[in-house]
Amino acid sequence: MIPLSWLLLLSAVLFCIGVVGVLVRRNAIVIFMSIELMLNASNLAFVAFSRHLNSLDGQVFVFFVMTVAAAEVAVGLAIIVNLFRLRETVFVDEINLLKG
Amino acid sequence: MNGAPLLWLIPALPLAAVLINLLLGDRLGRRGAGWLACGAVGLSFAWSVLSVLRLAALPEAQRAVVESVYTWMRVGDLSVDVSFLLDPLSAVMILVVTGVGFLIHVYSTGYMSHEPDVRRFFLYLNLFMFAMLTLVLADNFLLMFVGWEGVGLCSYLLIGFWYERPAAAAAGKKAFIVNRIGDFGFLLGMFTLFAWTGTLQFQRMFEVAPQLFPAGGIVITVATLLLFLGATGKSAQLPLYVWLPDAMEGPTPVSALIHAATMVTAGVYMVARTHVLFQLAPVSLEVVAWVGAATALFAATIGLAQNDIKRVLAYSTVSQLGYMFMACGVGAFTAGIFHLMTHAFFKALLFLGAGSVIHAMSGEQDMRRMGGLAARLPWTHGAMLMATLAIAGIPPFAGFFSKDEILASAFFSGHPAIWVMGLAGAVLTAFYMFRLYLLTFRGRPRLTHEAEHHLHESPPAMIVPLFVLAVLSVLGGLVGPPLQEGGHPFARWLAPVFASGAHEGGHAAAHEIPVATEWMLIGLSVLVAAAGIAFAFRAYLWSPETATRLRERLSGVHRALLNKYWVDELYEWTVVRPVYHTAQAFWRFWDTKVVDGIVNGVGVTLEGVSAVLRLFQTGFVGTYALLFTLGVVALLLHFLRP
Repeated sequence: MIPLSWLLLLSAVLFCIGVVGVLVRRNAIVIFMSIELMLNASNLAFVAFSRHLNSLDGQVFVFFVMTVAAAEVAVGLAIIVNLFRLRETVFVDEINLLKG
Repeated sequence: MNGAPLLWLIPALPLAAVLINLLLGDRLGRRGAGWLACGAVGLSFAWSVLSVLRLAALPEAQRAVVESVYTWMRVGDLSVDVSFLLDPLSAVMILVVTGVGFLIHVYSTGYMSHEPDVRRFFLYLNLFMFAMLTLVLADNFLLMFVGWEGVGLCSYLLIGFWYERPAAAAAGKKAFIVNRIGDFGFLLGMFTLFAWTGTLQFQRMFEVAPQLFPAGGIVITVATLLLFLGATGKSAQLPLYVWLPDAMEGPTPVSALIHAATMVTAGVYMVARTHVLFQLAPVSLEVVAWVGAATALFAATIGLAQNDIKRVLAYSTVSQLGYMFMACGVGAFTAGIFHLMTHAFFKALLFLGAGSVIHAMSGEQDMRRMGGLAARLPWTHGAMLMATLAIAGIPPFAGFFSKDEILASAFFSGHPAIWVMGLAGAVLTAFYMFRLYLLTFRGRPRLTHEAEHHLHESPPAMIVPLFVLAVLSVLGGLVGPPLQEGGHPFARWLAPVFASGAHEGGHAAAHEIPVATEWMLIGLSVLVAAAGIAFAFRAYLWSPETATRLRERLSGVHRALLNKYWVDELYEWTVVRPVYHTAQAFWRFWDTKVVDGIVNGVGVTLEGVSAVLRLFQTGFVGTYALLFTLGVVALLLHFLRP
């Protein structure tokens, strides 16, 4: 039986990798993947608590998160595809029309 | 009075015509507009006559009917009703205003028949009737002020009726602005009286005034002088008379209605209406008398040298209004109102006659290019002769009775200097009026070919009013013959109004003097009028070289008179230009620097602040994400703090 603290540590490490990925990468698709990583890190935490507490509530949350993530991917990828058609780039530092 | 007096109908009828005129617009047609305007004023006249007859049926002590239509405003102690007062004084006024007004409306249908925008003309004319009737029927200061401003507005609109003529537009503005100076005095006087008496209603104020104000007190003197300032503006007295001669730029029926018969007498009416207050302030009455006498003489001298037929009449109006104030100032309010009435008849007739001449001459107003018109315009000539005799003061024409009463009152109330000035004014009046008559109707024709070709007598719509007014000018004075035991009928009619004051100086005193003296005064005033007329005949008909010789010998005086003593120029340099340049300076500094500076300063400040704030908007998704993350971490640290 893997202790809860290990699982939570793994979840935190994955989340931090996701955050760093969002902050440092320029490619919108990689940023997107990093966001997915953060979502799955939280999923892992949910499942870990579910097992620890002997409650199915956490696993139900995971299904919701996965649904939201799927919907988000659909919308997000559509935006990125359109962005690429218009600007011929997916590098976010080149997309700066809102600069004051 | 049985049943509701329905006084509000009198001003409401012209107002209804205004609204119908506005609503129907051009669908009304040219003739329709004329008929509507005349009909409304005619009905108003008929209702006035009916109301006055019902008033006369009341016993003398009850002849003051107040009709409250609705409460206009109630703020703290101030309560103002829209309510109308019909007493013998306002009865005289509404009869004069609606009666003479109706005749002038009828005349206008003929005079303005070639005018494209006749509907607008009648609209303004009816609006004026509404305002004027509100003014004379009002039973409190505020409602009177509404009418007072209303007639001022209509005067402005009608003087500038031909607004595409720059002179007319300028004259309208001049009339309005000069009147504003007077209105300022009226307002301040009204405020002062309200502050001390706590009411604006005439009858209540007159009841409390004698207890509140000691006779000759400073407050009442200041208040009445301020009211009189308003009167000098509206009634064209020194020093605010300058707008009236310029007002002749308006159509001639307007000059007759507003600038001769009705509106300009509003100041006299106001002084007579508030005579209770004026009698508490002897100093103010002296000022009124002296300003009146000075204006009467001053304007008459200018009238001697003018060549424009309407300008002569305008200065004559200023002069005659001076006589009315002279009468009020010496305490003879009855005589003042009497002269107001007869003057309305003969001066309206003079203006309408002059209008008929101008109409016949295709717009020519210079008397030097007239002459010998008597044969070509027989009806106009006859009417004008009646009016000229009336204003010159020849018995038994109307002007004689009223002017003689004024002069007698001035003499018997102990103002010999004012009496002499009045008498001198009478000589000049007789002279310049006959100068006008002779230059226009007698002598050798000096017409241009074109004018001669178009010369025609006016249509019946213009001649009939002339005829009616001529009859009134001849007979109108007979309601007030002199030397009557207990006062003449006109004085007895007005007695309930003017007896309510302390006591009427001029008239009460008139009974203590010997009849022989009064006969002598009458003889003297007829004599000076005759002398003035005789001299006019000599100078302008029998030996025209007399006038030329006189003009050459007194060339300096003549130039001063012709240029109206340069008063307009004096005002231009002492008032208009300083005000204009001060305003310019204020505009240059205060408006462009301070006011615009504040507005622009707001914009500049915002721009500066936003230039700094803008730096946060890098446009890089990475920056936003970093800030976002830092924010979340900060929140987490805050909430998860042990």
